[in-house]
Order: sequence, then C-alpha cells, then structure tokens
Amino acid sequence: MSVTTTSTHYPAATVSQQVETHTLSVLVDNEPGVLARVIGLFSGRGYNIDSLTVSETEHERHLSRITIVTSGTPMVIEQIKNQLDRLVPVHRVIDMTVAGPHLERELAMVKVRGKGEHRMEALRLADAFRARVIDASTESFVFEITGASDKIESFIALMLPLGLVEVSRTGVVAIARGPEGM
Amino acid sequence: MSTEMTGAEMVMAALADQGVEHIFGYPGGAVLPIYDALFQQQKVKHILVRHEQGAVHAAEGYARSTGKVGCVLVTSGPGATNAVTGLTDALMDSIPIVCLTGQVPTHLIGNDAFQECDTVGITRPCTKHNYLVKNVADLPRVLHEAFHIAKSGRPGPVVVDIPKDIQFAKGKYSRPRDFQHRGYRPKVKGDLDRIKSAIGLMQHAKRPLFYTGGGVVNSGPEACQLLRELVKLTGFPITSTLMGLGAFPASDPQWIGMLGMHGTLEANFAMHDCDLMICVGARFDDRITGRLDAFSPGSKKIHVDIDPSSINKNVKVDLPIIGDCGHVLEDMVRLWRSTAREPDKHALATWWKQIDKWRARKSLAYRSSNEVIKPQYAIQRLYELTKSRDTYITTEVGQHQMWAAQFYRFEEPNRWMTSGGLGTMGYGLPAAVGVQLAHAGSLVIDIAGEASVLMTMQEMSTAAQYRLPIKIFILNNKYMGMVRQWQELLHGGRYAESYMDALPDFVKLAEAYHAVGIRCERPGDLDAAIKEMIAVNKAVIFDCVVDPAENCFPMIPSGRAHNEVLLGDSALSPDDAVTEEGKVMV
Repeated sequence: MSVTTTSTHYPAATVSQQVETHTLSVLVDNEPGVLARVIGLFSGRGYNIDSLTVSETEHERHLSRITIVTSGTPMVIEQIKNQLDRLVPVHRVIDMTVAGPHLERELAMVKVRGKGEHRMEALRLADAFRARVIDASTESFVFEITGASDKIESFIALMLPLGLVEVSRTGVVAIARGPEGM
Repeated sequence: MSTEMTGAEMVMAALADQGVEHIFGYPGGAVLPIYDALFQQQKVKHILVRHEQGAVHAAEGYARSTGKVGCVLVTSGPGATNAVTGLTDALMDSIPIVCLTGQVPTHLIGNDAFQECDTVGITRPCTKHNYLVKNVADLPRVLHEAFHIAKSGRPGPVVVDIPKDIQFAKGKYSRPRDFQHRGYRPKVKGDLDRIKSAIGLMQHAKRPLFYTGGGVVNSGPEACQLLRELVKLTGFPITSTLMGLGAFPASDPQWIGMLGMHGTLEANFAMHDCDLMICVGARFDDRITGRLDAFSPGSKKIHVDIDPSSINKNVKVDLPIIGDCGHVLEDMVRLWRSTAREPDKHALATWWKQIDKWRARKSLAYRSSNEVIKPQYAIQRLYELTKSRDTYITTEVGQHQMWAAQFYRFEEPNRWMTSGGLGTMGYGLPAAVGVQLAHAGSLVIDIAGEASVLMTMQEMSTAAQYRLPIKIFILNNKYMGMVRQWQELLHGGRYAESYMDALPDFVKLAEAYHAVGIRCERPGDLDAAIKEMIAVNKAVIFDCVVDPAENCFPMIPSGRAHNEVLLGDSALSPDDAVTEEGKVMV
C-alpha cells in the first residue's frame, strides 16, 4: 500500500490572515528571570517582538511594566496575550491597541556630525521637531527627541543626509488616556 | 508556627507537610545535604532510580494514577539535564510534578563550576514555573508555592533549584498556609451565561458530539462522574483523545472510540460531520485535527478548558468557556436538568443511525492468524485476561501504544498512563514503577515496544530493588514499528535505520534484572503465557513475538482530513478492497 503525498507527518501551515501590530502593556513581578520568561516565550513560540521596553514602575510592590509592540494575525495576537497571562509572575496583560484611546511615546538620542550649513539645518529641523540639544561640540550635536515612533522615524530620516552618526532609542512606552489606571 | 532549621531540613519538612510519601531521585554532590536530611527522617520514602529521566517518568506515573503531585529529587548539572525530557513530557501532558534540583553554591553560580548548569534557564521553557532559591528565608514559601502551582489550574511541572549553601544555611521554616498568589490565580468557575448558551446549543443540536480529553481526568474522579452523567442525560455520542481514555467507560454504547490519527472511523467521521462539537478538556492537537482547514467544517464548537491559551490556538471556536472541567460539567448537568426543553430526539436518532453505519465498517478489524501473533490480538487477550482485575496500564510510544489505546478498553480514569503530547519512548517502564509504588497490590502492566523499552530498561533494577512486580509486556516486532509504518507508507518502503538489530534476549535480560522472563511466539500459547505472567509475584519481562509487518490502522495520513482515513485490508468493504486507491476513502 502506498500513499502519494509529499507532506510530512505534521499538518500544513494554515493560510495566514492579515497581520496586525499591537501594543501590549504587561505588569509583572520584578524578579530575576521574568524578562527571560517573556522573551523566551516569544522566541520559543515564534512570535515577533518589534519593540520591548521594561522598567520597575512600582518600587514598593516590586512591579515592573513591560511594553511590547508585536505583530501577528488576530489569532496569534490572542495567543500571545493568553500565553503571557499564563506566566506565573505576570499580573495583567492589556492590549492597548484594543483597550481604548492611549498614548505611545518613544525617546531617542540622535548624534549628528557636520559643519557649516548642514549644522545649521540640523539645528533648525531639531527646533521644528522640538528636539533638544543635550550635547554639543564644534562638529557635532546630540539631540534628544520624544514622540510617537513615526515622528522619530521622520526626524532620523531628515538627519541622515545632514551627517547622522548613530541613534539610541528606548522603544515604545504606552499609557491609556483618561483617569483609569491599568 | 516557625522553627529554626537548615535549608535541607526545610525541604524534608515541606515535603512532609505537603503529604509527600514517595520521592523519586538520584543523589549527587549538590544535593548531599538534602539526602543527609532525608536519611534522618521517616515520613518521606526515597525511591532510588537508575537515571534521572526515569525519576521524572516514575513520578508522572505516580501522579497520574493517584491525582497527587509527583516528586523528584536530583542533583545539579547532569542530574538536572537528564530530568529535562521527563519535565517536558509532564508539561505537554499537564502532569503535576515538583522537581527539586541541587545547584552549586551561590558564589559559584555562573563560574562553570563542576556539575554546574543553568538549570532555571534550561528548564524555563519545559516547566510551568521554576525557581532558583538564593536566600534560605525564601525557601519555605517557594517550596509550598511550587506544590500549589504544580497542582492548581492546568497542572504541570515546577522546578525548585536549590544551591548547596542554601541547603546548609539556617532559617525559619513555616508551614503551608492558605495564601493568594500575587499574580497567579487560575479561573476555575466557568462563566454561567456562556454555560447557559452552551446548554441552549446542545438542546438544538441535530448531530452533536462530545470530544473530551485529559483535562477531564486531571480534574478528578468527580469530573469524570459528571461527564458520564451529562452524556447519559443528553444521549449524545462521545469520543475522547488518547489522554482522556477512561474518563468515560469504553463498554458504554454511547462510546464511539478514540479519535485522531489512529482513532476509529466512527469517531473521526462523527467529528467531521457533527453540527455541534462539545470539547471538554482537550486542546485540538494536530494528531486530532488533521488538516486544519478541513477540520469539522460544519460544526459549532464549544470549548471548555482551564487554560485560556488553549482557546483558539489551532481551531477557532464559537463558544469558549474558561474553567475547570469539573465545575463547568457540574453547572451543565444542573442546567440541563432544570431546563424543560428536550433535545431533538428525531434528529439524534438519525445521527445515531449514521454513526452505527460507520461502526458497522469495523475499522479496527485485522486479519487474524494461527501462525503468528497479531499485536492487536495480543492486546485483546491481555485485556480479556486482566479486565476483571485491578489493573493499571502504562505504555511506551509507537504502534503498541496505539494498539493499546484501540484494543484495551478502559472503564475508569487514572488507569491509563501514556506519553501523549511529547511522545517519549521509554516512558512506560519507569511510569509503571511509579504506579506500582502507589498501588502496591494492583496489577501494573507496561505495554511496550522492544525499541522503546530499551531506552529506560535500566529501571528494571529499580523494580528489583523495591520488589515491584511490574509486568513489561513487549510487543516485539523487531522494528521501530511506527517509524517502519511511516517509511512503508510515505517513504517508498526504504526502512532507514528502523530495524532493531542485535536485540537482547529479553528472557535472559529479565533474569539478569532478578525478574522473570517469558517468551511467547505462537497465538495458541498466548493465554497460558499471559496467565503465567499475572500469576508471578515478581517483575516480568514478557517477550511477545508478534507479526513484524503489521501496521496500525485506521490512520489519517498527514495533511489529510478526518474523512480521508486509511483502513487496514480487513476493514475494507469488498467493493473498495479491489484497488489500491480504494484504500484511500474520500
């Protein structure tokens, strides 16, 4: 008896749905290994991390807040939330993208090197973007800029021809609008 | 109440307070203080295994057959890495395990010290949770928490890694208290409105089907009782996964057999054609669903599961109910009784008529022989000769496992211990050790393959040490049978490395392990040989020499839908037996 099939003994991948980007806020116990658990979950299950930001936010209760920007099909996003929620040190998982109006900000430090007109142009643009100069030398500036990711992207794109040296970015942090906490 | 003691003493105190009677383990440098404390107490009995993987599988068998948490104690480095297979197995099958691992002293962690490994790093993805205890003051809390996490919610393995200096350090021990974990609070009660909607769907269904899994067994005997009650009340057919066997009695006429890759034709066809699927404690595993886009296309699906991440993972369901199967089934039974509306009796009768037609195909039939023992026949005889006894069955992984699932008929839960999710060859023998320890007077049989059982054969020595009369019933076909079957069906009969050459003489091997060896080669001798095996009050290795060419059917080939099942020759009706194509039924 033979079967003509080239498949393995695992089912074929399902046809993928539309990929969406979501921002998740995750409240976790600030204990050793918690970040490894979150990252291990993403790598182990093949999920994407577009951006990840973490810091302790409530010192007395030893709670940290992780903001993750991830992308996947709606079913994968739902899986990510449920899998995160299942981790023992995870207190809450909020999908900011669906929870309601919220703010997203990123901070970047942008180093630009140049002289003459390029230098002046960089300063003028920084002013327009409300970026601050936090370090200066005769041939360079370090700008600090805060804003949504696309604003930072635009600023970096403009700095590129003016002598962009390097960029350091925090990744996205997010918070809901209005009086309610997470 | 708190008393000053060493970390090692705390471990023993916590085990005793958690009601642990047996712990499976293997000593080594980094756990010697704990072994010293163990030596000086009477409450917890240590079972010395021959390999750490065996310790975890034995603890799994122990846990699965009793509903208690299985405990393991191993050393650092290789002790911990050897336990990883067992831990992963327990994670995949949701078995509550607490595994204590020794670790090098805290000041040496990260220094590549002798027998050091990053135990929490290695076991993070294969445990429900794990801990590295760096302060003796945390140890009592962590130990009690480990038991709580292992057994509550969806059960699973928990590792507690204890550096050697923490085992020596002194601190205050505190007994377990009722506590609320800060973040971990699994939801056990199902949403009542959703359960009401489920009852509504069930009352309107024309072709309903219960699809149940290991979650019902894990939930406990009460949940199994409630499941039986609900199935009786509704009159619906019921099928179950490999892990769920025994939750519903196989002798009941509403039982339509196991489903999935090697499930019965009636179970898989019913899954495909039903209009309402009531999934209780199962997870739509790929061995169950086959081709996802052709999986039960016309049905509404209710999914009861304690783990929210099981919902909509593989299959989109219409009505998810998060909660413990026992609680949800209790609500379902109560609501079904209190609602006046009867289900559609006429539609149900038509549905049963259809199922009976599929049943009449006798998908498990095989060609019997007087010359050579057919493996299916061996399991059937084993079942007939042991069914009236207090019997527990474990298995290894492969063809024999599927035949055991098909032909051994389970009436009660917790009687069937098998590696479902991970498919770990070598599971059954150590699992039988664990089961026999928990059930001293019972008949414990490992239905094995000759390839699998060699992976953990050393545990025969454990069985000998503790006088455990386990029966290793080997269906010996001299092949890794399931590998050979796949090579025959899918790789042009090129049997790459699946022939078990140079097998040991299992009778002599049994004798070497202070056990009894029995070999049986002819169908006519089988009954007497099985009776002899049962009668011996010692461990037995039974070498049942079976037809090496036999394949396990029905079989849903990879990437096929439920209604594209392959049947064995003798299960085919005369008209499709003619052509090769006829064997692929569409």
